[in-house]
Amino acid sequence: MEEIRNHMEASFDAKSVNEGLARMLVAAFMTEMNPTLEQLADVKTAVSEAVTNAIIHGYNDESRQVKLVCERNGEELTVIVEDEGVGIDDVEQAMQPFYTSKPELERSGMGFSFMEAFMDKLLVESRKGKGTRIILTKYIAEGCEE
Amino acid sequence: MELQYRIEKESLFVPMPQEVDHHVAKSISREIDFLIDSWHVRQVVFDFTNTEFMDSSVIGVMIGRKHTMELYHGDVFAIHMGDRAKRIFEKSGLDRIVRTDF
Repeated sequence: MEEIRNHMEASFDAKSVNEGLARMLVAAFMTEMNPTLEQLADVKTAVSEAVTNAIIHGYNDESRQVKLVCERNGEELTVIVEDEGVGIDDVEQAMQPFYTSKPELERSGMGFSFMEAFMDKLLVESRKGKGTRIILTKYIAEGCEE
Repeated sequence: MELQYRIEKESLFVPMPQEVDHHVAKSISREIDFLIDSWHVRQVVFDFTNTEFMDSSVIGVMIGRKHTMELYHGDVFAIHMGDRAKRIFEKSGLDRIVRTDF
């Protein structure tokens, strides 16, 4: 049986109001994969973390663009969140639980931990001055609960 | 977004919105801090009855208010948490910091 494939790309201003928009787009894209409510909520949380990072850490400039890509490859959902912002100095440090470069914004430093906890795979590609790409993968197999 | 805050006997009740993300977290924290400064508040009670979505932004809101309330010898509580809220609380360790027995 051939695997069902689908692809979507969107780009939006780096404004916090668009965090909800990004979650809605991903939720709509994955509906066809028949996710459980928990899987849907897990992906929405992870996407929210990645988009928030792009907005407050990557850019800090609302006129810049955050790119969102959704890919379906059979039972595999991949979500890519990309910015062309400042990049991350030290990815390993950034991924430590409770590490935040902006404690004054009441950021908890749990963003990457949540992405890891709620998705099956997390990849972070970052280059200083060039930007950051977050690749999130989750398997949405029917009847396959955690 | 307009939240209906309520103060009853030194307790500030905060009806958390349907979706708690970074976008709304900023204003919730600001509004609570204003109310704590203006009224005699000893407990901040976060009510999650209407909350269907949250990300890690909720942690900053709650830990920030916990620190503030400690200065006033008060505390923060979370009530009416659904399954999602409980999961987020467990994953982040908030369940060990925020009381649920209001």
